[in-house]
Amino acid sequence: MSAKRLRGLLLFPPALMLGGCNLVLLHPAGDVARQQSDLMIASVILMSLIIVPVLIATGVIAWRYRATNKDAEYDPEWDHSTQFELVVWAAPLLIIVVLGAMTWIGTHQLDPYRSLTRIAAGRPVAADIRPLEVEVVSLDWKWLFFYPQYGIATVNELAAPVDVPIHFKLTSTETMNAFFVPSLAGMIYTMPGMQTVLNAVINKPGDFDGFSSNYSGHGFTDMRFRFHGMSRQDFDRWVAGVRANGGDLDTRAFDRLNRPSRAEPVRHYAHFEADLYHRILDQCVDPGQVCMDQTMAIDANPGHAAHRHSTGDAMPGAPSTTSPAHDAATR
Amino acid sequence: MPDRPAIWNFLLGRLSLSSLPLDNMIVVWTFVAVALGGGAVLAAITYHRKWGYLWNEWFTSVDHKRLGVMYMVLGTVMLLRGFADALMMRSQQAMAFGSNMGYLPPHHYDQIFTAHGAIMIFFVAMPYIAGFMNFVMPLQIGARDVAFPFLNNFSFWLTVSGVVLFMTSLFIGDFSHAGWLGMPPVSELRQSPGPGVDYYIWGLQLSGLGTLLTGINFVVTVIKMRAPGMTLMKMPMFSWTTLCTSGLIVVTFPILTATLFLLSLDRYIGTHFFTIGAGGNVMMYVNLIWVWGHPEVYILILPMFGLYSEIVPTFSGKRLFGYSSMVYATASIMLLSYLVWLHHFFTMGSGADVNSFFALTTMMISIPTGVKIFNWLFTMYRGRVRFTVPMLWTMGFLFTFTIGGMTGVMLAVAPADFLLHNSLFLVAHFHNVIIGGVVFGVFAGINYWFPKAFGFRLDEFWGKLSFWFWQVGFWVAFGPLYVLGLMGVTRRLSHFTDTSLQIWFIIAACGGLLILLGILAFVMQIYVSIRRRDELAVGNDPWGGRSLEWSTSSPPPPYNFAFIPLVHERDAWTDMKKHGYQRPLEGFNAIHMPKNTGAGVVLAGLGTVFGFAMVWYIWWLAALSFVALIAVAIVHTFDYDRDTHLSAQQVGEFEHTGNWEPKAQGATA
Amino acid sequence: MNTIAVDTVHSAPREFLCREEAHPQTGTLLGFWLYLMSDCFIFAALFACNAVLGTSYAGGPTARDVFDLPGLAVNTALLLVSSVTFGFAMLEMARQRKRAMLGWLAISGLLAVCFVGLEIHEFVTMIADGAGPGRSAFLSSFFTLVGTHGLHVTVGIVWLVVLMLQLGKYGLTEANRRRLLCLSMFWHFLDLVWVGVFSYVYLVGVLR
Repeated sequence: MSAKRLRGLLLFPPALMLGGCNLVLLHPAGDVARQQSDLMIASVILMSLIIVPVLIATGVIAWRYRATNKDAEYDPEWDHSTQFELVVWAAPLLIIVVLGAMTWIGTHQLDPYRSLTRIAAGRPVAADIRPLEVEVVSLDWKWLFFYPQYGIATVNELAAPVDVPIHFKLTSTETMNAFFVPSLAGMIYTMPGMQTVLNAVINKPGDFDGFSSNYSGHGFTDMRFRFHGMSRQDFDRWVAGVRANGGDLDTRAFDRLNRPSRAEPVRHYAHFEADLYHRILDQCVDPGQVCMDQTMAIDANPGHAAHRHSTGDAMPGAPSTTSPAHDAATR
Repeated sequence: MPDRPAIWNFLLGRLSLSSLPLDNMIVVWTFVAVALGGGAVLAAITYHRKWGYLWNEWFTSVDHKRLGVMYMVLGTVMLLRGFADALMMRSQQAMAFGSNMGYLPPHHYDQIFTAHGAIMIFFVAMPYIAGFMNFVMPLQIGARDVAFPFLNNFSFWLTVSGVVLFMTSLFIGDFSHAGWLGMPPVSELRQSPGPGVDYYIWGLQLSGLGTLLTGINFVVTVIKMRAPGMTLMKMPMFSWTTLCTSGLIVVTFPILTATLFLLSLDRYIGTHFFTIGAGGNVMMYVNLIWVWGHPEVYILILPMFGLYSEIVPTFSGKRLFGYSSMVYATASIMLLSYLVWLHHFFTMGSGADVNSFFALTTMMISIPTGVKIFNWLFTMYRGRVRFTVPMLWTMGFLFTFTIGGMTGVMLAVAPADFLLHNSLFLVAHFHNVIIGGVVFGVFAGINYWFPKAFGFRLDEFWGKLSFWFWQVGFWVAFGPLYVLGLMGVTRRLSHFTDTSLQIWFIIAACGGLLILLGILAFVMQIYVSIRRRDELAVGNDPWGGRSLEWSTSSPPPPYNFAFIPLVHERDAWTDMKKHGYQRPLEGFNAIHMPKNTGAGVVLAGLGTVFGFAMVWYIWWLAALSFVALIAVAIVHTFDYDRDTHLSAQQVGEFEHTGNWEPKAQGATA
Repeated sequence: MNTIAVDTVHSAPREFLCREEAHPQTGTLLGFWLYLMSDCFIFAALFACNAVLGTSYAGGPTARDVFDLPGLAVNTALLLVSSVTFGFAMLEMARQRKRAMLGWLAISGLLAVCFVGLEIHEFVTMIADGAGPGRSAFLSSFFTLVGTHGLHVTVGIVWLVVLMLQLGKYGLTEANRRRLLCLSMFWHFLDLVWVGVFSYVYLVGVLR
């Protein structure tokens, strides 16, 4: 059994190191991620009820019935037992029924589209509180955040006051990405021409990692941003700072920003062109492009042929006109 | 287009000297190594005048056993390639922290993880399972060959075509950087204008067609060619899983073909299926590719479940516990695997009802899988377990796969998946089930059936060494990835800023090196065993096997069985041994055999040329090779004389010279 | 070796071998049927794309603008009749009347050629009108689905010609009958797919 001991020795140092490292998914700072994490841990505990006995039984049975052990019972014809078979089907079934119920409830409660009803365990959302609105755009390869309530925008930096629900609307310019702040809440895809939604809240002040968690090309590695959880005062100061020092995000500035680039530094914009987010979402930032929502309205009403555009062949891949429903998937 | 006379553009399409990656020293040295190594092999074959032998006895062979062996060789060669990619990724991630950018720029790194994933699935795992199914299934069901021997040969060479295109991309042009599933928009012309994605598409189209033909072939073989008396419920488990896997292949690979076809239309003629704009819909690709992709992982694992179901009873000296449960479990996994694809993208925002549905169907798969694990345990229970090398791999599988299954169910819990999706936890999970399930199964199966294929056992010492290196190496390599996943580290990153993570990547790289030792020990095992083949020689039944493949000589004669077996019970060979079966030494009949043919090699070769021409836009060559392909296929249909006979006397010679158990020979001498 | 000792039961002697060489069953028809089913999945994927993208006109022409229903009726009739004539050919094969069979096969082939010809004409007209496959996702899915079907019919025609040569040369051998049965299944399968195409892509397309 020296090999087994060797394995134990090899596993020992990592076990020690685990104590020292930051398993953010197990101790997130936001309530949504917290609940998702709890569900993950609960599923492990539930499955351990069956996995651990199986692992032990594997070792015990293999050892007990080893060929050299002539004392053990040997019954080469024994291949059926109704009781045993009932158990082997029923035991996993029971676990899955419980886990399935938990998952069903959890999936509905933690649906990213659902508005938050609590900001932490036992702390429901106050009736008068207005969620922080953030519009997120993934570009090649950086993140752009609009704060419509404050009229500011930032690149690769996101901030939010603690214990205030945040309502994200997300889209993308060219590639598919996933918006992920592990401390805050589970990820959600960002897709061109479509909008996804994420509701979340941060419960602790701090400086957290955020990044794209869906491969999107060569600059993907550097597609990271900082997420700051701040007290209300700090957040207001931060907004004031962006307003005071930021530039102006108009169509030309956006076009420059939209060029593929890697490891973009943080940028602040004190002002952005009205409707810019919607034009990004509808793929019509450049003047002359027809917005997707308009195209969709025309497509949905094919009787009015007079409104149609010419039927000239578009260049392949040119994002001139598009039409899938904005909202992702079946929503 | 390069700046050159129009005639060159016509002749060479977009191919030019600058397509050769001469600026990338890693690739250049790889090319030198491959050229030297390959040249040495070719020279050795020429020197020993083995070309005629290889062509006549192997390349043109329609014998399922030979094709099975060739698939295994192909899988092993590509395992080395895919593993080299893995080591490069591990070393890059272990060093690229802070100011150190590592040695692979993203442009190269992205191709490597794409190639690693695609090669490991399509050209390692798939050839391996095709190899096992080819070699074992007809023997187990007491058949002379598969239903369509020529198609079988053609399928193999189509797989080789895909391999050739993938390997060519290493040295001419570049490879896709869009991930192993070629997800748009990254794989669309706009973001991947180069030949990489086209190599990917044509390589998979050719090999995918081969896989589809294999699937059809094996379903028909199992349905139509079982030995008399072998009802479906008396069929060995491995053949059952072959049937289920082949059925899955028939209903899923066409979807891969269609999806890649649509992607190629987008790239070649400017349609708008998956483009951004003009109404294209990227989500449709994601759905379609996973409608194929998820059953694909069950296509890989089901035959391995069957294989373990052969090994455990053999080395426990006992009937398989709960055979009917096993059959129903296999069938329900087959059906359920088609209903779970959306769990690969819960985070797309499909809504809670859709996500819940797919989460529940995914979890339901764990029920039949759990049943299987229990049944293997109960098979060992009250048995006499011999810890031979195949059994060691099986024990390793039981421990490793069970844990991988658990992390899989964690990922199926949709809310938890919002945290774990695309993380290194996911990477660790699928390696846990694919290495722990498929790769361990491959090595278990190679050790188990090698004596049947070649008449001598594999060396135990090197086999055990290989097992322990793999087993320990696996956990050292992927344990840290689980931890990193829980630390919120996502996959496919080529550089990190947070240096506190580095230690984990270094440990993982060490695990990679341990696995390398495991692979080298395996190569050494083969080498040593060939050297010691006389010492390791075996008869027809070295392990005390239970199914029909052990009733014929090792290696089996071309016709498998001099007389088609009559089956009375499950575990037909055990039944024969129990009733004191004596093998006949006279009274043989002449046997009808399919003739070898080179048509498969020629067709697949033309397919490769066509694929290459399409990748590089060499339209004249594409048209020419396509026309030639059709012409050869038509000419082949004019050949009605595809059979030959082995006379009773030739059969007798085979029966008297083959490797048999000394006991059986003594009893009848 | 390691063989486990098994009690040797010598009671009733069992026969474990078939002493006579049996003629193996041919699996060709089953295999071809499976191929057709797999082909069904290719069409299923293409139909699914059409269902998703069928109204993504991208501001371009709609189904009502581009579809020529009377032409479609002619096309459909051609293909359906060719299925009937192929059926007559199979009946003649059963009666061992080679020349009549070849005649019906030729008629079926000609009808299919007309079908493909009309389809090519339709495609060329549409592309000339600026409604090519690159215009919108709707047109991409239309051209791909209908074109894939047309390609299948073309393959069927080539196969038919080759098989007629083989029938002429080698006669109604067992192998040739089997091949003709396969082609017949293929022919009717394409007919069925066409029923789906014209009712879903064309008729529903015009209605929505």
